[in-house]
Amino acid sequence: MSLAPFETTTGRPEETSLEAVEAAQAIEGRSPFRLALARLRTDRMAMVALGMIVLMALLAILAPVVSALTGHNPYNPDLVNGTNSFGQPYGPGQAGFILGSDNVGRDVLVRIAYGARISLLVGILATLIATIGGTILGLVSGYFGGWIDAVLARLMDTVLSFPYVLLAIVLAAVFSASLPLTIGVIAFFSWAAIGRIVRGQTLSQKEKEYVEAARSIGAGSFRIMFVDILPNLIAPVIVLGTLLVPTAIVFEATLDYLGVGVGPPTPTWGNMLADAQGSAGFGAWWFWIFPSIALLITTLGFNLLGDSVRDALDPRTERIFAMRRKVMATAGGPGGSAPADSDPLSGEPAP
Amino acid sequence: MTERVPFAPPPSGEEMPRAHQPSVETLLRVEHVVKHFPIKRGIIFKRQIGSVQAVEDVNLEVHRGETLGLVGETGCGKSTLARCITRLHPLTSGRVVFDGVDISRLSVRRMRPYRRRMQMIFQDPYGSLNPRRRVGSIIGDPLAIHGVAAGPERKRRVQELMETVGLNPEHYNRFPSEFSGGQRQRIGVARALALRPTLIVCDEPVSALDVSVQAQIINLLEDLQGEFGLTYVFIAHDLAVVEHVSDRVAVMYLGKVVELAATAELFSSPRHPYTAALLSASMVADPEKARASHRVVLYGDVPSPINPPTGCRFHTRCPKAQSICSAEEPPLEVKPGDPPGHLTACHFPVQRGETLVGATPEFHQAAAGFVAGAPGTGAEGGG
Repeated sequence: MSLAPFETTTGRPEETSLEAVEAAQAIEGRSPFRLALARLRTDRMAMVALGMIVLMALLAILAPVVSALTGHNPYNPDLVNGTNSFGQPYGPGQAGFILGSDNVGRDVLVRIAYGARISLLVGILATLIATIGGTILGLVSGYFGGWIDAVLARLMDTVLSFPYVLLAIVLAAVFSASLPLTIGVIAFFSWAAIGRIVRGQTLSQKEKEYVEAARSIGAGSFRIMFVDILPNLIAPVIVLGTLLVPTAIVFEATLDYLGVGVGPPTPTWGNMLADAQGSAGFGAWWFWIFPSIALLITTLGFNLLGDSVRDALDPRTERIFAMRRKVMATAGGPGGSAPADSDPLSGEPAP
Repeated sequence: MTERVPFAPPPSGEEMPRAHQPSVETLLRVEHVVKHFPIKRGIIFKRQIGSVQAVEDVNLEVHRGETLGLVGETGCGKSTLARCITRLHPLTSGRVVFDGVDISRLSVRRMRPYRRRMQMIFQDPYGSLNPRRRVGSIIGDPLAIHGVAAGPERKRRVQELMETVGLNPEHYNRFPSEFSGGQRQRIGVARALALRPTLIVCDEPVSALDVSVQAQIINLLEDLQGEFGLTYVFIAHDLAVVEHVSDRVAVMYLGKVVELAATAELFSSPRHPYTAALLSASMVADPEKARASHRVVLYGDVPSPINPPTGCRFHTRCPKAQSICSAEEPPLEVKPGDPPGHLTACHFPVQRGETLVGATPEFHQAAAGFVAGAPGTGAEGGG
């Protein structure tokens, strides 16, 4: 039966069209992530947040430079140059100490810069481990179901309800407190939050017809989980991962403050705050206020970025953006406050 | 018969090869297939409290090169049967024999070579394409999974496939969301074609599309059948579509095949009262004919497949039901006066020329002692 050829064919002879294919690789689909990135770029808040993170990252990267420029070592106490003749620390701006010195004569700025290295390293590495682990376990749990799901889901509940500070103290007592141990403890207590979200998303995604289609062409479980389902839940994972970084940083600072994180000689913000506690008595406010500000900028930056990423990745917020633009356009439009010709809601001409 | 077809009528003299089938070779045999979905209750200790009897003892044969239509109302088990054939659902019991091999109990690994030869086109062109993957990789997936082609070779094959189904190969890198419904269904067709299968199970491939686009996709499927010698199991609830594409048609009601016959035979002289009612309900494009045609109205809803009626499952709504119908299940067999291959499962098949009168609730009340339909359905007026 030769019915009329359908209309949508390119209609060109085969050779030329295949040739054209080579030439026209430029017809690239706009991926959801490229759209999200474009949306993120127009979000002023995201750019501010990114600026804060970049600032702290630069501080961390350039820590040796800061140390060299000031000539101050982050580790060694220097009571001769770092304290005044009465043995008291210098305040901010005194004797070449931009943010002051601490009570054993170390430069607060240099220590904050080196502390940024630890904070960002722990924050990002622990989040990465937790996100990857949580995603894999959540996918497995949600996809296979049955007893695997029962075991993993209960495990997530257990981890989420565990008193983590207690466990961290016990672990630090058993093993010596160290950077890898701190990262491990934080990752261990963070993966379950990701895992739970991923499990829920997997449960809903695996009922979609495209999963059935993949099975009908012979795809195995592994392929379905990581090639078909994973791209569909990467958005919430990215958002949650971004929001997990500040949590991990605060977690690390908490452990240091309690003396069960990275050991005292290492300059970390948590250690600095712990040191400051004993010295707060004689009015050395710069001991604690500058590390706190560093902590605040970092966590605020990641939190704001996480919120913006969520807005950018969630297509429904497109409407919110559009509305915002519309509101701005009408507010700043000609005529100022009064509505122009018609009421946009009712469509009736204005009196 | 032809006036019911909304599509362009084929030029006379040029028919599909189906008209002169040289040899009848069975490609797929469905034997006593049963599919029950358990209904479970309880949070930790789940116990089965019942089951949805979606497909109940279905026997079918699909011949190589033909199109077997599968029609029936929503919820009659058509799609479940399709998924049983392609092993997307495990069977409760019964066998599916594909090209002489029972595939119903094969492991995932041993099933893989048969997956190559048996593909599926899905109903929903939106849900069946992964929204986060590019069209090129969706269509290339079967080639990748079965290790048929990789790298630039795979890309070339995918772009050929896109041309075959009428898509612009330049759109290789686009996402499904950038296509219309009809184009998406073409993507689904290209994916099903990628491995050059022998059998394609089409699960309502056009019911989610506009009528004009439906015609394009159906024409495409028919062209491809001629080009690649495909065998189709074509599921639809649109009778006009089924009549247009099928060589033979099986009518399903509540998980069972109630009638099976060659298309022209079934549409001209349906024997099962359900088939007759179904045919009388389909739209006729010609208003003159529509006014003259007789509409058999069925009362009530399809009974629940959790607790199907005894005997003939249609007896609660059948205008010809008698006491034997609720007691004894009629076998699917050739009725006297029918050509071989026309099977009907009915104690009182419709005679040629007989006019069916829609059974009112009162009729059933009198006949079986209960009200079959909800009050108010009588307002439709049954002839």
